[in-house]
Amino acid sequence: MTDVLEHTFHGEDPLEELVAPKAHRKPKLNWVFWVFLSWIGIVIVTSVFAGLLGLDDPTNQNFEAINQGPTASHILGTDDLGRDILSRIIYGARVSLVVGFGAMIFAMAIGGTLGMVAAYRRGPVDNLVSAASYVMLAFPALVAVIAIVSFWGHEIWKITLIIGIASTPLVYRVVRASTLSYATRDFVTAAKAQGAKDSRILVRELLPNILPAVISFFLIGVASVIILEGALAFLGLSVDAPTPSWGNMINESRTYLSDNPWLALFPSLAMFLFLISLNIVGDTLRSFLDVQEGKL
Amino acid sequence: MAKFLAKRLVALVGILFVVSIGTFLLIHLLPGDPTVTILGPSDNAHNRAVLMQQLGLDKPIFEQYGIWIANVLQGNLGQSFVTHQTVMSTLRHSVPIDLELVVISQVIALGAAIPLAIASAKRPNGLLDKITTTTSFAMLALPPFIIIVVMVMFFAIDIHVFPGPGSYVPLMEDPVSNLHTMILPSLVLAAGSVVVYFRLLRGDLISTLQEEFIVMARSKGLSDRYIMWRHALRPSSLSLLAAAGLNIGGLVAGAFVVEYLLQLPGLGYALVNSIQQVDYLSVQGITLFVAVVVVCLNFVIDFLFTIVDPRIARD
Repeated sequence: MTDVLEHTFHGEDPLEELVAPKAHRKPKLNWVFWVFLSWIGIVIVTSVFAGLLGLDDPTNQNFEAINQGPTASHILGTDDLGRDILSRIIYGARVSLVVGFGAMIFAMAIGGTLGMVAAYRRGPVDNLVSAASYVMLAFPALVAVIAIVSFWGHEIWKITLIIGIASTPLVYRVVRASTLSYATRDFVTAAKAQGAKDSRILVRELLPNILPAVISFFLIGVASVIILEGALAFLGLSVDAPTPSWGNMINESRTYLSDNPWLALFPSLAMFLFLISLNIVGDTLRSFLDVQEGKL
Repeated sequence: MAKFLAKRLVALVGILFVVSIGTFLLIHLLPGDPTVTILGPSDNAHNRAVLMQQLGLDKPIFEQYGIWIANVLQGNLGQSFVTHQTVMSTLRHSVPIDLELVVISQVIALGAAIPLAIASAKRPNGLLDKITTTTSFAMLALPPFIIIVVMVMFFAIDIHVFPGPGSYVPLMEDPVSNLHTMILPSLVLAAGSVVVYFRLLRGDLISTLQEEFIVMARSKGLSDRYIMWRHALRPSSLSLLAAAGLNIGGLVAGAFVVEYLLQLPGLGYALVNSIQQVDYLSVQGITLFVAVVVVCLNFVIDFLFTIVDPRIARD
């Protein structure tokens, strides 16, 4: 942004730099990106269509096959109640996906809109919302979420809503910062001069510009929400048994760490792979779309 | 400087006020009659009346808050109806454990992160740098509850180096076995912190090393080691402070998780225990305490910033 201003002052056309990408920087999406992106796709598709895959019922107990390691009939083994671990991991992904994406979509809708409007309008609205966001950020998220969940109840929609609200101030700050770097640009002034309405400037002029930064932040945000839900579930404060989730599977495995390590390893691995995929895809997108970190 | 500090203090008081309101309102999130939910449906009318009076539930909500906050400010966080202990005594027993965990883990984390960051920043994109940055990136995807489970399986069950869950010994009783039990949870907490410190410090050092005053120092013929420690590392103390601030949330989460799994009677363990025993007043008290500590720590870190870099106060 300051670069562009400097160019303008030196009589150069700032558009040239924006339109023609620099020769030495030709970002390419490598195979690593595509592998991890496909993994995210596979996890989403299998958990959504889990019912069509012919898996065992994830809550079906079989006391003749308890705490088995991987076998031919149960590829990832069974747990302490003889339930199929593969099936529980696939169905359990639903909790992480619903909470992760649900909470971030909520935070994006509220925090993102507020952030754009605050950065565009400035003034008292900006001051007020920014102050509120600082107050909320001062509260440690996990403690707040634990306290509210333990008083209010832990249905999945409540957990999604609470984590969504807790994530809103961070989204607000990121969106506000990246909108700020565009809000005073010439093309916005030009649109205003042509009599464009504020809503049009926000949606048609500013939104497309901040979208790249927002998308990569969204993916990394989903990863951190999944970690937060996992910590809740690990402490036994997320969705109730027998509904499987990665976090509560790891929690249930605690008692059998010495007898059946697979019980802890497979859901941990599922979670790790999904989180690292989100991080890698988000990070690659960010450098691919060349978001300047300093502006955040 | 004084004006800046005064402004910050006002903000701190404001934030603490909001935190207290949030914690106070928790009781009102309970579905139905709070006295029934807290005491259970079978408890007698006398206890119910005592609780009603203690919480001031029959009064208007502003007055309730007034009574509650007056008690809190006098150090009275209420008394558990389940264990009949005051919340204060629970705090007194658990806080030292958290302090010990945090101190040991941060010493380990800084001891590992600073040398690693220096070694990596010396040759950006070199072999060591590639290994450390890739590993630290992967570790971002490892939540503390996965690290602790894997570490317990390996260190406590497979090779029996550290004791497993439920073997906590108070520091005053037997310092040696206390330290022995505290190493495993501290390592887990340190693992999360190392990643944060390392990534910030490495990026910072790489950009500092390209500054002109480093070129100047080099051209004076100073040794690389001297430049690194005296010239490059010093301006990075700000980043380390910022990292410490960012890390507080992660530390709290990590401490809760390791205490739960290893049954260390710290704050996290007390909190989860109170939740499982439907001991709402303890949950409320511990929540308030942790939130206030975190808010104050952030304030102190902010304040340290202005001491390290007085320019911040002038803005």
